[in-house]
Amino acid sequence: MLNPLFWLQAISLAFSQIWANKSRAFLTALGIIVGVASTTAVIAALTGLKSKVLAEFESVGASKFFVFPDRPDNAPRNMYPWEKILLKPAEVRAIRDECTLVKAVTPITEVGLDVESGDKRIEGITIAGIWPDWHMVQNRFVEEGRPFTSIDVDSERQVCLINGDAIKELDLPANPVGEAILIGGRRFLVVGIVETTQARFFGMNTSSAEIFIPFSVAEKMQDRNFFMRIEGMFTSPDVAEQGEDEVRFVLRRMRGLAPSDPQTFQVAAIDKFIEQFKALATGITAIAGGIVGISLLVGGIGIMNIMLVSVSERTREIGLRKAVGATPMAILLQFLLEAVTLCLVGGFIGIAIGRLAAFGLTQIPGAQLEQADVPFWAVVLSFAFSAVTGIVFGMFPAIKAARLDPIEALRHE
Amino acid sequence: MPDPGTTAIIEVRALTKIYRVGVETIHALRGLDLSIARNEMVAIMGSSGSGKSTLMNMLGCLDRPTSGAYHLNGRDVSRMNARELANVRNEEIGFVFQSFELLPRQTALENVELPLVYARGGWRGRRQRALAALDRVGLSKRVDHRPNQLSGGQRQRVAIARAILNNPSILLADEPTGNLDSQTTVEILALFRQLHAEGQTVVIVTHEDEVAAHCQRVVRLRDGRVLSDLPIAQDTAGRHLPAVRAATAEVGVPAHAAAQAAAHTAAHATEQGGGETC
Repeated sequence: MLNPLFWLQAISLAFSQIWANKSRAFLTALGIIVGVASTTAVIAALTGLKSKVLAEFESVGASKFFVFPDRPDNAPRNMYPWEKILLKPAEVRAIRDECTLVKAVTPITEVGLDVESGDKRIEGITIAGIWPDWHMVQNRFVEEGRPFTSIDVDSERQVCLINGDAIKELDLPANPVGEAILIGGRRFLVVGIVETTQARFFGMNTSSAEIFIPFSVAEKMQDRNFFMRIEGMFTSPDVAEQGEDEVRFVLRRMRGLAPSDPQTFQVAAIDKFIEQFKALATGITAIAGGIVGISLLVGGIGIMNIMLVSVSERTREIGLRKAVGATPMAILLQFLLEAVTLCLVGGFIGIAIGRLAAFGLTQIPGAQLEQADVPFWAVVLSFAFSAVTGIVFGMFPAIKAARLDPIEALRHE
Repeated sequence: MPDPGTTAIIEVRALTKIYRVGVETIHALRGLDLSIARNEMVAIMGSSGSGKSTLMNMLGCLDRPTSGAYHLNGRDVSRMNARELANVRNEEIGFVFQSFELLPRQTALENVELPLVYARGGWRGRRQRALAALDRVGLSKRVDHRPNQLSGGQRQRVAIARAILNNPSILLADEPTGNLDSQTTVEILALFRQLHAEGQTVVIVTHEDEVAAHCQRVVRLRDGRVLSDLPIAQDTAGRHLPAVRAATAEVGVPAHAAAQAAAHTAAHATEQGGGETC
């Protein structure tokens, strides 16, 4: 019905209208610009954070699992006292001995103790008690000396592993294997230096001083009811679900839980954490979407306002166009196109600023956002939202223009 | 096929238009009859309140009558909807306004092309058509000028070029010389006569006898009806004007009748002038 020339001139008119009122158009589109820019930046940051975190999960290992005590939801505290739900050494031994899908498993218990080496004394270093499997589970081996063996655990040897930072803090020689240090007043022989390469997780810089001792030794240095967690590895990531079931079965039996009793612990494979994190990221993205919705609403009202001004300013022009044969539909589309163009230009500027902000985020040291980037879908979505805003808020002024009486319009001063 | 020279291009029967302004009812047209043949050049005259503007809006398909029939080029346009009327205006009517109504940021050529933007097809070769129209109004050297770079007369020529672009059935001019000086007025009216000579049907709405004198026929309105509808030679109102005298001389009206008419016109003009200012 409308010929190509109409569309050509409508589009060029829309742009020339914006160009002729540059500052006004900019101020009008500011709402859209700010909305799109902030959302683009937030989505970029989230995307960066997500890929970073997922990469870290991957580095931890997709077949990894964790066990930790957990009071059942809504259960009265006195029915499940802490000491009753804490993991016990016997339980981790049962997992090691009975679960066929578990390749490696280690208890980890941490205790803060004073450490001395010669004249140097550091208070409250975190000492972790581990099994030899810890090396495999954490993918951390030794740079010098030897890793822990089952003999260290079984015969409760007073040996320890140490990391680079601890060596520095204790003023030990560069290769301290064979040196002795005092941990909690007891003499321990340094047998190896553990790698620090895998130590970063969630930005927690665990490259501070670390000292590891056999779990059986740590057990003796702890209080009676001490906290421990279990970390392990399934034979492959594909059996994670069956593996969890196995661990759960063994633990329920150990704890004598009837089938109807709630679980007093949690078994979680790494893929669960990945899913949870993805769900969290999706939630935050949805909130960002809501923010863009509100800012586009505010921006849209600005667009509507300026389009009403434009219609009233150009009443005579509308009258003339009608006199030379513009149908109401042609006038409506003309003004709608103008509103949409204004919004799209705003959206374009917004995305450009958002991208710039995303680049800025990647340059912040330590912010963990090196991978911040605006995904293509966000660009498409921003444009789509801008266009829809133009249509929705441009409709009322456009209808007003289309309905103008040509006689009245031509008489308008 | 009837003889195109005598076919009525405008056929208006018992046209009424009633406006309601608040509680007041205004009868702008009260059963007006009018017939204009192809290739006529007609002036429509009348004081304000005579229904002149309302009739022009009806003839230009800008408005619909309350009752009565209006056949434009054989089609009944009195019951068309807004979209159909827009298409009729695009294809059948060429408007020329007192204040030119050019788009300020567009060149003469772009202004002339405007009706093609809303044309139903046939927009190809638009540049050639627009250039041809500008050539017909004698502005082929000013195509890239914007309205503010043109004189009043040149602006009105652009507007006329725009009006004749789609070869309309009628060229409808509303006080086309109202914003022009007397020298330019003569030039623009000469242009209308030239277009008329080339076969264009021209309707000029005016309150100036000098303008009406350039037409073949004068239709005078009063109170929403036709007061008189006479060939220019017999229309008595403008007799004192040189142009009218010249026209009268051509058809051989006796000199004493002309003198009598001049006296009559003087009185009439004063009355009209008083009416026009309020």
